[in-house]
Amino acid sequence: MNDAIELSRMRDTDFTAAVDAQSGQRISTCYQCGNCTAGCPAGFVYDLQVNQVMRGVQLGLKNKVLNSRSIWMCLSCSTCSQRCPNNIDVAGVMETLRHMARKEGIVTVPKVDKFWTSFLATVRKYGRTYEIGTMVLYMLRSMRVFTDVDLAPAALAKGKLGFKPHKTPEEGAEAVGRIFKRYQERANRQGVRA
Amino acid sequence: MKIAYYPGCSATGSSADYEKSTQAVCAALGMQMEEIRGWSCCGSTPAHAVDTQLSGALSARNLDLAARQKADMVLTPCPSCLSNLRHAAKRLENPEFRAGVNELLDEPLSENLPETLSVMQGIARAYDTDAIAARVRKPLAGLKLAAYYGCLMSRPHEVMEFGDPENPTLMESLLTACGAEMVDFPLKTECCGASYGIPERAMTARLTGRILNLATMLGVDAVVVACPLCQMNLDLRQQQAAKEAGVAFSMPVLYYTQLMGIAFGLAPSALGLDKLCVSADNLLRKLDQPAAYSKAPEGDKA
Ligand code: SF4
Ligand code: SF4
Ligand code: SF4
Ligand code: SF4
Repeated sequence: MNDAIELSRMRDTDFTAAVDAQSGQRISTCYQCGNCTAGCPAGFVYDLQVNQVMRGVQLGLKNKVLNSRSIWMCLSCSTCSQRCPNNIDVAGVMETLRHMARKEGIVTVPKVDKFWTSFLATVRKYGRTYEIGTMVLYMLRSMRVFTDVDLAPAALAKGKLGFKPHKTPEEGAEAVGRIFKRYQERANRQGVRA
Repeated sequence: MKIAYYPGCSATGSSADYEKSTQAVCAALGMQMEEIRGWSCCGSTPAHAVDTQLSGALSARNLDLAARQKADMVLTPCPSCLSNLRHAAKRLENPEFRAGVNELLDEPLSENLPETLSVMQGIARAYDTDAIAARVRKPLAGLKLAAYYGCLMSRPHEVMEFGDPENPTLMESLLTACGAEMVDFPLKTECCGASYGIPERAMTARLTGRILNLATMLGVDAVVVACPLCQMNLDLRQQQAAKEAGVAFSMPVLYYTQLMGIAFGLAPSALGLDKLCVSADNLLRKLDQPAAYSKAPEGDKA
């Protein structure tokens, strides 16, 4: 039993082509210099470093890449893209991978996805959001994994906590609601997770 | 030149102080901006993390409203909004992407959408450093400041076009014109941990800790920011960062508009200084009694 054989059975070349197509990048040009990883502020919480993610895509290791925590913990800060000597938009590739994973229902770090979903639920309903209001909603939903209650008194004292988001005037909230509705319908038609 | 203004959601809540000071500074300079009627959230990080076209539609709706208002330019104070609006505009150059976004909207987008810039760029385009200096009533002389841009303002360069992507200097030039001394701040475009302040707080605490630590070592009077989320992470969460770093911080974190407002002689109440968690009182005192700081080792020990 050797790893090389195992590896070749795990390869999915369609995956490599799909990531190239969706991100608009040529991932084969990555030569593993490691610049992206050296500058990544989130690397210390990654299971696969960002250059390993790139290598994984080249090798077609779909399961390994789409199941990594890293694609969820990426901060979209674009430091990697800025510093890639081959001008690969590495942050864009990370985002593409996150989209692919979500659409297939692979959510390795549920609390991050949950936060996004609750944020977007507020936008869908009101057209706007109070970031802190969303935070409160998020905390209520996921109190078990995380609490930020020690900050609440300070935030309240400074008037930074708004419990009710402003509804967008001029029919704006309704217009935004329709954007979400059409997005959801389209995702359903395509059979992917919205 | 007709300027449309996109405040962004945080202006209505967590960064009311940024909004107040932005309005006060623009009014003091005589810069006219018209708020986009019925503007809505650009979707921020969650929308683009979930789907590029959803994010594009939420952003482009606002650009379209601005176009209908016959604006030549959109200005926004928030770098996250700026990034989303500029990314959307860039992607809409691709007809396929535009068609996908149009599918999500009530009506297809106007052919020509106005460009979005930060309020900071808008100010710098309309007023050169001499014009800014001419408006100063109370120079920031004696203040040593570190400009912190965060990660979104200048990157990716092709989209943001905000000067050197790893060493932007616009804030420095505005505040130097106001009389402050700006230090070299090598972490100026390093990410602070973003909205992850919410789901992953250890990560944010560590990233903000580095920034506050360097600022403290450099002996600055304040860190100056242009992003509502950066401000919150560095100010409201300063004690969390301190705990993680195992040290104590006492570093005021002000918006660049608050400092410009102080230099313009505007009232602290017009600048929302009371919203800061780490108070700016020492800094204000230093400006009021510059002499007490330069000499008088005896003096009052306050
Ligand atoms: S910086 Fe670019 S070339 Fe280097 S490892 Fe990362 S993606 Fe590959
Ligand atoms: S965009 Fe993501 S992967 Fe790239 S440097 Fe930032 S956090 Fe790391
Ligand atoms: S990025 Fe933040 S501030 Fe800007 S509109 Fe969206 S939620 Fe609101
Ligand atoms: S809040 Fe953090 S993530 Fe957002 S722009 Fe500021 S530095 Fe970047």
